[in-house]
Amino acid sequence: MNLEAFLTEVKSRFPGASFEQAGQDWVLRVPAAEWEAVAGYLAGHGPRFDYLSSLTAVDRGDRLELVLHLRALAAGERLTVKTDLNREQPEVASVTGIWKTANWHEREVYDLFGVVFRGHPKLRRILLAEDFEGHPLRKDYVDPRRRKVEGQA
Amino acid sequence: MTTAEKTATQSEEVLEQVLTVNFGPQHPSTHGVLRVVARIRGEYLQDAEPDLGYLHRCFEKIAEGWTYPQIVPLTDRLDYLAAITNEWAYVLAVEKLLGLQVPERAEYIRVIVGELQRILSHLLWMGAYALDLGATTPFLYVFQERERLYDLMQLVTGARMTYNYLRIGGVKRDLPPEFFPLLEKALDNVLKVADEYQALVLENVIFQARTKGIGVLPPDLARQYAISGPMLRGSGVAWDLRRSEPYSVYDRFDFAVPTGQNGDCYDRAVCRVEEIRQSARIIRQAVAGLPAGEVRAKVPAAIRPPAGEVYTAIESPRGELGVYLVSDGGPQPYRLKWRAPSFVNLQVLPEIARGAKVADFIAILGSIDIILGEVDR
Repeated sequence: MNLEAFLTEVKSRFPGASFEQAGQDWVLRVPAAEWEAVAGYLAGHGPRFDYLSSLTAVDRGDRLELVLHLRALAAGERLTVKTDLNREQPEVASVTGIWKTANWHEREVYDLFGVVFRGHPKLRRILLAEDFEGHPLRKDYVDPRRRKVEGQA
Repeated sequence: MTTAEKTATQSEEVLEQVLTVNFGPQHPSTHGVLRVVARIRGEYLQDAEPDLGYLHRCFEKIAEGWTYPQIVPLTDRLDYLAAITNEWAYVLAVEKLLGLQVPERAEYIRVIVGELQRILSHLLWMGAYALDLGATTPFLYVFQERERLYDLMQLVTGARMTYNYLRIGGVKRDLPPEFFPLLEKALDNVLKVADEYQALVLENVIFQARTKGIGVLPPDLARQYAISGPMLRGSGVAWDLRRSEPYSVYDRFDFAVPTGQNGDCYDRAVCRVEEIRQSARIIRQAVAGLPAGEVRAKVPAAIRPPAGEVYTAIESPRGELGVYLVSDGGPQPYRLKWRAPSFVNLQVLPEIARGAKVADFIAILGSIDIILGEVDR
């Protein structure tokens, strides 16, 4: 089964989902509420996306976009999965139960973007100090130590 | 109770206790500034939890404020033992966004310096790993060879470790003519060192006792943790991005993807040594097939990729080095995510170290081949 057919099947199972081809890669968009369910389905069906290369986020200004880069090692397929999160209270189910590698990736996204992953075994900062305030990869983050030079806008 | 008896009882008690011990952040076996909080009971490790971030330099945040070409030297500082590979992963992502065609000669040069970099990185690992296990001599042998290779890199790039050699659209300058005879000699030496290492270290009974059956990573667990590079191949999964998802001109070269069977520290070591030989093979083929022509494509002075995004991954000496690059059409990246293989590979440490002896823990940590500059970014 080719990837497009599989994604059509995913879409029929999860009506909130949509997909498109961007360059050589396929991008699947899902509602945040179905994040974990879709992830579980992708890992166990079709080409079996058993390998989570990366999990990260992008601050799109009005929302936080969560991005998965998946691989199916046996089938040699690649897939990008995205969901949009509310910027004020970003919360989504953890996928650590599906891919163990998600653990540190989710901690990093929590650390740098402030996304809360429900059901994560140990959601703590990973790169920054525990008493650090704020989430620096958000676009509106201002370094409190930054000093303005006189005359600078 | 005599003093001797008292001491004996006390040591018995200590053996029964679970102690929490810090490995690092300043410990020679951690290869940088990694802290591992270990819980030990007697000589056995109950659990180990890595604590990261001591080397965090806000790379991804800084990148959002710099222009595309400015970021190339910044990437050198991530995996500082494989700077070329970092530059390559990054420029590849930008070139894909731009839809830029790189001249063939530049692609071949990238393969040559990229594989030299893999040899350099694996050589250091070979020396440092033997050192971890208590053997000092191999370290000195590989450093001798490394120096010669670094001289070569200096001849080509002008620098020894942080090269800033790759450019968006090609490389900084062509290979000098005096490079080729020196390279030929250097490769001969490298292959000799690999054979020596094989005989003196890999076939050494002490080395085998310290690494065989230690830190076993089953293939299923490796996939669960998205392990890549020699660690994944050591577990018997023949996955190498140069082969399974060929980038640049790798589909034109003949090389083997060495794999292990048991997924232990020994298999990972064997894979790395064999990869040195395969890299030498690739370099020889690339030199033989080196086409003439330009080494840099015509690139506009101000690089502004069209709005969009791309995820590119290349096979670094440590595994899948992924770059997720988002552009909003401006002169700076909107978002740059660095998928560092060391960061991902390190995560499996507690799983494969649980229940090991403390001394074996050093062997297991060393076999992962982490670079903290890349873990912490």
